[in-house]
Amino acid sequence: MSDFVSDFWHYYVTGLVVLSVAFCIWILASNMTRRSPGPVSLHDHIWDETLQEYNHPLPRWWMYLFWLTLFFAIGYYFLYPGLGNLPGKIGWTSVGQYQEEMKKADEQFKPIYDKYLKQDLLAVAVDPEAQAMGQRLFLTYCAQCHGADARGAKGYPNLTDGDWLYGGDAATVKATIVGGRQGVMPALGGVLGAEGVKDVANYVRSLSGLAHDSLRAQRGKDAFMQNCVACHGPEGKGNQALGAPNLTDRVWLYGSSEATIVETVSKGRQNQMPVFKDLLGEPKIHLLAAYVIGLSKNQDKQ
Amino acid sequence: MKLNNELIEKSVPLLVVLTLLVISVGGLVEIVPLFFQKSTTTPVAGLKPYDPVRLVGRDVYVREGCYNCHSQMIRPFRAETERYGHYSVAGEFVYDHPFQWGSKRTGPDLARVGGRYSDNWHRTHLLNPRDVVPESNMPAFPWLDRPVQTSDIEAKMKALRAVGVPYADEEIAGARKQLEGKSELDALIAYLQGMGTQIKSTQ
Repeated sequence: MSDFVSDFWHYYVTGLVVLSVAFCIWILASNMTRRSPGPVSLHDHIWDETLQEYNHPLPRWWMYLFWLTLFFAIGYYFLYPGLGNLPGKIGWTSVGQYQEEMKKADEQFKPIYDKYLKQDLLAVAVDPEAQAMGQRLFLTYCAQCHGADARGAKGYPNLTDGDWLYGGDAATVKATIVGGRQGVMPALGGVLGAEGVKDVANYVRSLSGLAHDSLRAQRGKDAFMQNCVACHGPEGKGNQALGAPNLTDRVWLYGSSEATIVETVSKGRQNQMPVFKDLLGEPKIHLLAAYVIGLSKNQDKQ
Repeated sequence: MKLNNELIEKSVPLLVVLTLLVISVGGLVEIVPLFFQKSTTTPVAGLKPYDPVRLVGRDVYVREGCYNCHSQMIRPFRAETERYGHYSVAGEFVYDHPFQWGSKRTGPDLARVGGRYSDNWHRTHLLNPRDVVPESNMPAFPWLDRPVQTSDIEAKMKALRAVGVPYADEEIAGARKQLEGKSELDALIAYLQGMGTQIKSTQ
């Protein structure tokens, strides 16, 4: 259905379309001549003194094909929108067709989604059919960052281990997908200075038992207590309410090498999980959250 | 004088006029009326003209030929809206000159890529797509990490204003300042992150 600024355009389009169809009919009708008996007639133009062209009528079967296309066009204009604002007999619109398609899919899939939506997330997480659905959703919407195997990459958390930045309970995982997350580690290079950053990095490595310079780690501890405990806690165990990682385990989002930690501390980190509420909607997020929780649960079993 | 084959074939001006008449019908019916349709000329709610940074990003997008592999139009089919979001509507593209709808998808459609990934993801992905998506066959664009060219931004914005994008004089005057210190990568990411964000709901 068109929404022209004035009725003129309705008549303009309709007029041009009708004229074109009429013109084609006229051309075809005026060329439906039969071959007359006697010598074949010639076109009246002569090229290069003697060169002339036969004037055969067009083959009948070929003309009928043209007539067919014309009848098709007239039938189309009758049934479908094409003549200006006229909606056509069957009232087809592309949006209508889309909504019809969505309605049909909804009838087919909504009962399945609803079944899982009513169940507790942890119950869905152990349902093999739900896990298969969740995996397909994951591969479409999540694999670009977290990887097809959900093991993540530098800066993108591994979802198959039992470690969680914001918490791994059902409600939290769901909230993460619904509203996204903004992870912010402030840049402390200016406060600590190059040497201070290195000291802190060594202290951080000592927390999880990695090789470190114990003298630097000792100095770094004081700096850590002044600058880092607000988020990472006095023991460096992190804070899931803020998304501050636990520094005492062996799970590293950006890497555990001294150089990487120095980079993290001095330049800070900005990390973002996008918002999926509008794109996916509750039923899909429910399945995805269950799939993600299932990933680490099943990992634990192995 | 009879209008017949001979006359038309021998008179070039007449042949030109009649040819133009015939081939203009398609444009007159299919293109011209679109300029007078509300759905194609009214911006959707919340749509703003590209700010200078996104505008430069858009030009990088065009220059690098992103449209060769990425379309920017989600068709009203379930298979597309499930993956990309709400189908595209004409009112989203009124400030696009020219629009980047494209016709080929080697990569995914980008009409609603805004907000789908983090800025960092785009940065890594543009410099080397394999770093985040190992199975990707998108080429890397490592040279984008260089300062944007700012000298022609006013001319670009004035040209767009001439074809109907409502830029104010102050916006054009302040454009160069906004581009200070931006790399082409920043601009391109700003462009991508703004794409299709006016219509959010798919549900």
